[in-house]
Amino acid sequence: MEAFTRLDAKAAPLPLANIDTDQIIPKQFLKTVERKGLAKGLFYEYRTDEQGRENPDFVLNQPAYKGAGVLITGDNFGCGSSREHAPWALMDFGIKAVISTSFADIFYNNCFQNGLLPVVLKAEEVQQLMDEARGGNHVTSIDLEAQTVTSPSGAVFRFEIDPNRKAKMLRGLDAIGETLQAAPSIDLYEQKRALAQPWLEGA
Amino acid sequence: MAGKTLYDKIWDAHVVDTQDGESILYIDLHLIHEVTTPQAFAGLRANRRGVRRPDRTLAVADHNVPTEGQALGVDAVADEEARLQLQTLGKNVAEYGIEYFPMGDIRNGIVHVVGPEQGRTQPGMTIVCGDSHTSTHGAFGALAHGIGTSEVEHVLATQTLRQKKAKNFRVRIEGEPAPGVGAKDYALAVIGEIGTAGGTGYVIEYAGSAVRALSMEGRMTLCNLTIEGGARAGLVAPDETTFEYIKGRPAAPKGGAWEMALSYWKTFFTDEDAVFDREIVLDAATIAPSVTWGTSPEDVIPITGVVPSPDSFDTPDKRASAARALEYMGLTAGQKITDAKVDVVFIGSCTNSRIEDLRAAAAIAEGRRVAEGVRAMVVPGSGLVAAQAEEEGLDEVFKAAGFEWREPGCSMCLGMNPDKLTPGQRSASTSNRNFEGRQGRGGRTHLMSPAMAAAAAIAGHIADVRDFLK
Ligand code: SF4
Repeated sequence: MEAFTRLDAKAAPLPLANIDTDQIIPKQFLKTVERKGLAKGLFYEYRTDEQGRENPDFVLNQPAYKGAGVLITGDNFGCGSSREHAPWALMDFGIKAVISTSFADIFYNNCFQNGLLPVVLKAEEVQQLMDEARGGNHVTSIDLEAQTVTSPSGAVFRFEIDPNRKAKMLRGLDAIGETLQAAPSIDLYEQKRALAQPWLEGA
Repeated sequence: MAGKTLYDKIWDAHVVDTQDGESILYIDLHLIHEVTTPQAFAGLRANRRGVRRPDRTLAVADHNVPTEGQALGVDAVADEEARLQLQTLGKNVAEYGIEYFPMGDIRNGIVHVVGPEQGRTQPGMTIVCGDSHTSTHGAFGALAHGIGTSEVEHVLATQTLRQKKAKNFRVRIEGEPAPGVGAKDYALAVIGEIGTAGGTGYVIEYAGSAVRALSMEGRMTLCNLTIEGGARAGLVAPDETTFEYIKGRPAAPKGGAWEMALSYWKTFFTDEDAVFDREIVLDAATIAPSVTWGTSPEDVIPITGVVPSPDSFDTPDKRASAARALEYMGLTAGQKITDAKVDVVFIGSCTNSRIEDLRAAAAIAEGRRVAEGVRAMVVPGSGLVAAQAEEEGLDEVFKAAGFEWREPGCSMCLGMNPDKLTPGQRSASTSNRNFEGRQGRGGRTHLMSPAMAAAAAIAGHIADVRDFLK
């Protein structure tokens, strides 16, 4: 996983609530056995019309937002399925951080597994960032170490993040490697369980 | 000190270790399927890691299997990518020695139908699967939730998951429901009450006399929809209904181990003096047969209701979302929901494809005909559910009424297989998500109970099941 420390990028506003994972990446793109190449499916039904032509009105299709690295969006972003294809698609497209007032739980978790930073801010702060993002000629900065988002006009908003998650994100740590350091505890737990719940052994 | 909740007890029984504020939880059962696992196995291989407990892992093929011709196996799958995914799963389970019910095996079906049906799902367990509706298994008093693919890889490699504890939320549903009202209506009512994000950060325990009175199938429907309220997991404390359901199933403990298991399972309940961070109480008698009008499961109204106006919502982005939903759904504010004509009826999915669901739908279909121009399909949750239904003659009831009787799988719940809506088509569906495009691009989904979906098929429009009760 790539480390995340600081990001200076254009931000794209998508002011809708409850954007679910089916909208982030529809199911026809879930048939892959790869993690890469999912950008083509990102927001597919917003980005294209029924004939598969680009919809010029959609924010991420507008030249002004080309290369955006931040997405600013409404409440409860990422609700729905557990598909990790959602963060994979966002990252493959070049989005490295998503700012919202709230995220759905599994999606939020999946972001951290992949080095995509979900930032939770207050409604009025999100609104201001959206307003300032319009037009596309600007830079929004996110500093993970300092836990701040700086708007194009220089307004600074602080965000909360679990210290443990933050540390891992900053270092780009692999969770499995870390857990395996606790292998002796897992062995011990399994031995105890085998005695207490023998019916779960050798199924 | 205050007592413990059911969730607290399951959690405490599974903490292996704690590293910087994050717990490592032992996982008792890991269910896997073709869509969310290929990248996890690839990751294992890349890092030269093995599967720690293949014996605590079970694989099925469900998300993109076609609902006909399954006896032919994977080669019969027309879609190349879907076929590759199924073949990849077959190879992975063979390499790591994981039990697998492939397409065509009578034990195969939707992962959340199969686990309980095989007796794999048991009280007090921790259960995960790369699928958000893993919450279904909470009906047995197991802590069960969906995980992403990186976590699937983590569980395969370590048989544990790194977790932070959630807060406790109790939903009590008390009293007697009116005729025609059941678990699906309770679940929709709860989501309507708390909203799709209302449960975020919580584990919900369902309690109260109306929950106790539910069968295991009903409890599974209720827990299944918990994720649509934002909570990762739903729980119902195990009781005689639970034990009775598990007894004698293939993976249930046998002989002396049964008694041992039973006394262990009986320790999983919420103490009298336990404290919940949040609690709501619903009166079952006031819940009407429910149906969704929009593109979020919280967009729910009683069947006697009218489509709401976007102006009735309190925030600008909610008003924008509601306006977009009305346009997408092709509905007008103020219209009666029963005036909405349906093109397709789908009875299936891990929410409502168990034997009891099929019985409820068949009771409405019996002796009646599907309306002209409506395509109605029944997709049983597993090969074993199908066999049971056939033994009871339900397939004949459906076929005589003009329903299609299909082979098991997720099917039109998410339309990854050939069963999907075409743009503009309206469906009455027993599944769990009415998101834009969920059942096919441009498809318009109304969620409801199996009996209500059957009533819609007969009427040709969304209908009040109570008009069909004999
Ligand atoms: S039936 Fe639908 S919700 Fe259930 S596992 Fe399959 S796709 Fe997911």
